[in-house]
Amino acid sequence: MADLSCKIAGVSSPNPFWLASAPPTDKQYNVERAFEAGWGGVVWKTLGEAGPPVVNVSSRYGSVDYNGQRMIGFNNIELITDRPLQVNLDEIAAVKKAWPDRAMVVSLMVPCNEQAWKEILQRVEQTGCDAVELNFGCPHGMSERGMGAAVGQVPEYIRDVTGWCKTYTDLPVFVKLTPNISDIRQPARAAHEGGADAVSLINTINSIVSVDLDIMAPKPTVAGKGAHGGYCGPAVRPIALSMVSEIARDPQTHQLPISGIGGINHWHDAAEFIALGCGSVQVCTAAMRYGYRIIDDLVDGLNNWMDSKGYSTIEDFRGAAIPNVTDWQYLDLNYETIASIDEDKCIECGLCHIVCEDTSHQAIRASKDSDGKRSYTVIDDECVGCNLCELVCPVPDCISMVEVENGKPYLNWGGHPNNPMRSE
Amino acid sequence: MSISKARLCAQTIKDNFVDLHAPLNALQAEQEAARCLFCHDAPCVDACPTGIDIPGFIRKISSGNTNGAAITILEENIMGGTCANVCPVEELCEEVCVKNSSEHKPVVIGQLQRFATDHLFEKSTQPFQRAAASGKHIAVVGAGPAGLSCAHRLAMLGHQVSVFESRPKAGGLNEYGLAAYKMNDQRAAKEVEFILGIGGIEIEYEKSLGKDISLDKLRQQFDAVFIGLGHTAVNALGLDNEAADGVYNAVDYIEDIRQQDLSSLPVGRNVVVIGGGNTAIDIAVQIKKLGAENVSMVYRRDLKAMGATEYEQEIAQTNGVVIRTHSKPVAIHTTDGKLSAVEFEYTQTDSNGRLVGTGENFSLPADQLFKAIGQSFNPQPLQDSECPQIVAGRIQVDEQQRTSLNNVWAGGDCTAGADLTVEAVNDGKLAALSIHEYLK
Ligand SMILES: Cc1cc2nc3c(=O)[nH]c(=O)nc-3n(C[C@H](O)[C@H](O)[C@H](O)COP(=O)(O)OP(=O)(O)OC[C@H]3O[C@@H](n4cnc5c(N)ncnc54)[C@H](O)[C@@H]3O)c2cc1C
Ligand SMILES: Cc1cc2nc3c(=O)[nH]c(=O)nc-3n(C[C@H](O)[C@H](O)[C@H](O)COP(=O)(O)O)c2cc1C
Ligand code: SF4
Ligand code: SF4
Ligand code: SF4
Repeated sequence: MADLSCKIAGVSSPNPFWLASAPPTDKQYNVERAFEAGWGGVVWKTLGEAGPPVVNVSSRYGSVDYNGQRMIGFNNIELITDRPLQVNLDEIAAVKKAWPDRAMVVSLMVPCNEQAWKEILQRVEQTGCDAVELNFGCPHGMSERGMGAAVGQVPEYIRDVTGWCKTYTDLPVFVKLTPNISDIRQPARAAHEGGADAVSLINTINSIVSVDLDIMAPKPTVAGKGAHGGYCGPAVRPIALSMVSEIARDPQTHQLPISGIGGINHWHDAAEFIALGCGSVQVCTAAMRYGYRIIDDLVDGLNNWMDSKGYSTIEDFRGAAIPNVTDWQYLDLNYETIASIDEDKCIECGLCHIVCEDTSHQAIRASKDSDGKRSYTVIDDECVGCNLCELVCPVPDCISMVEVENGKPYLNWGGHPNNPMRSE
Repeated sequence: MSISKARLCAQTIKDNFVDLHAPLNALQAEQEAARCLFCHDAPCVDACPTGIDIPGFIRKISSGNTNGAAITILEENIMGGTCANVCPVEELCEEVCVKNSSEHKPVVIGQLQRFATDHLFEKSTQPFQRAAASGKHIAVVGAGPAGLSCAHRLAMLGHQVSVFESRPKAGGLNEYGLAAYKMNDQRAAKEVEFILGIGGIEIEYEKSLGKDISLDKLRQQFDAVFIGLGHTAVNALGLDNEAADGVYNAVDYIEDIRQQDLSSLPVGRNVVVIGGGNTAIDIAVQIKKLGAENVSMVYRRDLKAMGATEYEQEIAQTNGVVIRTHSKPVAIHTTDGKLSAVEFEYTQTDSNGRLVGTGENFSLPADQLFKAIGQSFNPQPLQDSECPQIVAGRIQVDEQQRTSLNNVWAGGDCTAGADLTVEAVNDGKLAALSIHEYLK
């Protein structure tokens, strides 16, 4: 049994699985249930400043279903906590006291002025929590009020607010980044400059999950109208992985601890985030889809996989994939693969042929013998090794991409004869 | 010849005895697992006698944590491998799967269970560890599903176990009784080896209770005793000529199917099976697979009253067995001491719900007759000792499998309840937990 305990930016937890700041973490009742189920930590649902709480609409959520599977993608038009600040603070203190070994991070979002951050930090510190997470990511509702993504899209604001927080509290400061920006390295660098102890990403992505064609309005629909909402769930994972890798590779931020978020459903999703450098991971949609009990397999599956690979701690493989993430320009243009079809496994659906024929390189010949038996043969000279046929083939391991031993040396675009800007 | 060996060539027999369900391949398992809704408080779990966390193990298959899935199964049911193949799922877990309501087709839980356990057994790693040695020593009588399940759990809990088994092999009916086409590839023997892999269990073969050992002695020598004797007697028809050539107890012949070369078994042209349960179906189907021409399974009541499920009846029918109902045997006819025909009387249910003969008879020509009208528990092995209380022909136990004797537990077919492998495994597990509490 591997040791799954994790430590990130001074925050420890028995396993790297935290619930992200969202409805699963918005009150004592459910956070305690989550801890009972085995979650390593939580980021409490974002708190706002004292005074009358925000008001939420109904309905709030939308889903992208795909081929009979629900919630491949999920969106929401909810705001931060709609409960009074003091109620939340009291509950946070009570839960932390009862569960001292679990990570308790408190998410915050207040207006962009120093006094407001100073005040809330003083109150939050009294709960005994382990860290704060600055929510610069909420893409709807709060940004219209100059908070959330409105701050997260302006690196200088991130730097300044982070700096204030570092001045007014000794707690570790996590900065949660919005993906609604073209270069994720800019806000990460700004957080780093402001003294952030870690970044958390991604928050949700601007989205309309669907349009109701009867009432001609986006979903979720509120009294006949809809607004763009925050997109999350399995569909956003590739975007999150890419953004995490950008920060992990950036010379300015590669030391900055990362809490990875976005579409984590199974243990191997989490392992991928960790392989790209994350010290902990956060989950929201999967918990909202099935309940807290998914933690069983997250922990058990990660454990069994780590045992099978001989990793005894999270640190043993954390960041192991980063050295292999590079820029396109450094990829070896002399490396060649071609498709190879295992005729014994082929079920004769013809998908590989038609996709290559219509949309790729006309490299799979289709033929039919006198008995009507179809066969599909790769024309090696035409195949460019794009993988498309392998990806569409419904049978596992039927089409494989085989490396061609061409004996050619490593050659990237920089040195390629076709490159007009080639350095001699 | 009316009875002969090797009616079919060896290859055909082999083909006839392949697995009832081919194992799922990885793609099938993935897609089937994706059908499971991961229900909360899932009805399938309630319907599994051993309470396996079915949604939990299926989710683990989905995530690619297949060994973890197998362990989830085996934690509750150490014979989860066999049960995956032999449980009447159509009246257990799969019967109540919520997908029956939404899609008229349950998740094939049993086959997914096989996928996971096969995966683990291929590597034959024993996933469980023993607790620190307790210094206690427990006797288990009978190495069937009940006894072995009890022994494994006791070993896990740190106790030492001695198993006394009258036969030369362990496994009970897993080894000697279940249909061959459910238990291919030495499944029973491999499972026994896997169970013993935990350590701390010693089997003494060919040691019979009531002959080589007595319950009184065991109670003196050991800290606790578990009895898992199974059925020890076969019900008779009570007709003349039951000892004639060609008349068999189905269970004896089934034992030969499991233990002998299939081409060496005597197979009739015209075969009659009497009974309506599992055993009747199993003998009818297997004798058909061995090459019998006409196989009639005759039952005294209607199809609904049969012990065999609708699905099992269907297996018999698709294998060419003719099921006749409302007929009870009245005479066994012989020629030169050999079976020649079985005579039946049609029956009907009277206004008081009793089964009565109609007075109208018919005969079926037969060169083999298999009696499969039930097995029972014969307490003879206990009779030389202080005997636990017996009620309605079975050892009486409470919900913790405790008998009326203070340090004796019992479970499986020798106690009341459905006679199923999975029930026996659960009895053994419950008894072990109770013994553990008692010895604390
Ligand atoms: C033909 C047939 C088909 C079946 N098919 C199915 C099926 O498909 N699915 C299903 O769930 N169930 C099936 N069953 C029922 C299932 O096999 C039993 O319920 C189960 O095996 C009971 O387990 P057990 O441990 O109580 O008894 P057994 O399996 O009978 O084991 C008892 C053990 O005790 C030993 N023993 C007996 N007497 C003594 C003694 N005096 N001293 C020492 N040892 C002794 C025996 O040799 C045996 O090893 C079938 C039964 C039969 C007969
Ligand atoms: C209904 C809902 C409410 C959310 N509220 C917050 C919030 O208050 N603060 C915050 O930082 N993120 C919030 N999020 C974003 C999540 O914390 C998380 O970053 C995002 O959902 C991506 O993770 P996932 O793909 O596992 O869901 C919310 C997400 C959802 C679905
Ligand atoms: S790899 Fe691409 S080009 Fe080659 S055969 Fe497949 S689809 Fe065609
Ligand atoms: S042990 Fe039998 S009843 Fe229980 S889940 Fe498995 S197949 Fe179903
Ligand atoms: S009832 Fe069916 S769908 Fe629900 S958990 Fe059980 S197997 Fe899955």
